[in-house]
Amino acid sequence: MNESTPATAAPLARLIDELHKLPGIGPKSAQRLAYYLLRMPTAEAQSLASAIVEVKERITFCAICQNVTEVDPCGICTDGQRDRTIVCVVEEPLDIMAIERTHSYRGLHHVLHGAISPIDGIGPEDLKIAELLHRLRSGEVKEIILATNPNLEGEATAMYLTRLLRPLGVRITRLARGLPVGGDLEYADDVTLARALEGRQEMEG
Amino acid sequence: MPAPRMYKTEAVVLRQRRLGEADRILVIYTPSLGKMDVKARGVRKMTSRMSGHLQPLTRCMLQLAQGHVSDVVAGCETLESFQPLRDDLDRLSRALYAAELIDRFSPERAQSFPTYRLLLDTLRRLASTDEPDMVLRFFEMRLVDQCGFRPELEVCSGCGSRLEPEQNRFAPLSGGAVCQSCIPGLTGTRVLSLNALKVLRLLQRESYNDVARVRIDGALADEVERHLRSYIVSVLERDLNAASFIERLRREGARRAVEV
Repeated sequence: MNESTPATAAPLARLIDELHKLPGIGPKSAQRLAYYLLRMPTAEAQSLASAIVEVKERITFCAICQNVTEVDPCGICTDGQRDRTIVCVVEEPLDIMAIERTHSYRGLHHVLHGAISPIDGIGPEDLKIAELLHRLRSGEVKEIILATNPNLEGEATAMYLTRLLRPLGVRITRLARGLPVGGDLEYADDVTLARALEGRQEMEG
Repeated sequence: MPAPRMYKTEAVVLRQRRLGEADRILVIYTPSLGKMDVKARGVRKMTSRMSGHLQPLTRCMLQLAQGHVSDVVAGCETLESFQPLRDDLDRLSRALYAAELIDRFSPERAQSFPTYRLLLDTLRRLASTDEPDMVLRFFEMRLVDQCGFRPELEVCSGCGSRLEPEQNRFAPLSGGAVCQSCIPGLTGTRVLSLNALKVLRLLQRESYNDVARVRIDGALADEVERHLRSYIVSVLERDLNAASFIERLRREGARRAVEV
């Protein structure tokens, strides 16, 4: 951290320290950003500062789906046009944005805020699983789509949820795993290729 | 002669953590270089050609480029994906426990062929057996042995006298079993039944094929597991994350069985 700059003015050093705490920002990037902010017009800098404060003050988690929202419950949960019998379970709020971008899903969502990673000490109790179970109690939900990431942690989470939800009698589905659009077959790994073969579909037309 | 800038090695991916926008740091275990951290660029992108080959618990052939801090994965190919481990949460949690133990016990870049061999054998056994817990006990006993922490099970680890065929105690901090006369003054000891001592000795002395033939009841299996776990925790001076997840799965499994 900033040990080599005793000549830096204290407020600037503090800004560099604060920026350095952000993910993916190393000491050099922190310095560059701090000097960029220093040269920025005051109005822009204030706009950035107030945006940060506002997001901390006004954004909360939706009590139903656990997504980040300004109003609780969130827009998706209160939308009367949506299919309330399907819930798509994702790891992070950003995943909801990705699914919404497809314009092909009209059900509800549930954010777990992480994935089970036994080796890192992240267990089911660290995720919003109790909240999901609570939602299912009403009996309105008929299908759960497990849309956790197709990696080891995501698969572990999906398997764990399947065990937990199976006795409740809801239909449990998993997003299909296979070849990405724009990929090359020769570079595919065995697991992906095997899943793609399992999930092959009839050609139409 | 300077080390070549690019080199190839076989490896098992033990764990991974996110780095920056789309990269990951992988902790891998190799036969000739031991445990090391490598950087895999862009593997969190959906179109990455490498991500599928670099999932934890995959045995792969890696092409690595020397980097300033850590070496960078330039190419990779799956050698063994241990698919059955990925399809079953009980097997998966145990395989991750094995990976965590290897990670905790291994110093960086310390070559150990036997440990690599043990890891591979354990993953293959976990993928094919119906007795995953016995596979893990054998793995634990061999690993502590290979790392120089072989527990004393033949003589009392306090006074060195021969252990009598009676109820002794297991004292992780003393390094193994202790006799009745050494018990006073020791802390953290547990009752070690004669049968558990026999199973521990079996795990220590015999090959896996011999161990796999033995069937033990649930209470004895629990006792053996408790002793080995307490020994490992006392050597590592820390708890094991994956162990508590295995415990949780067992608890919930038992609860479901009762409900059914």
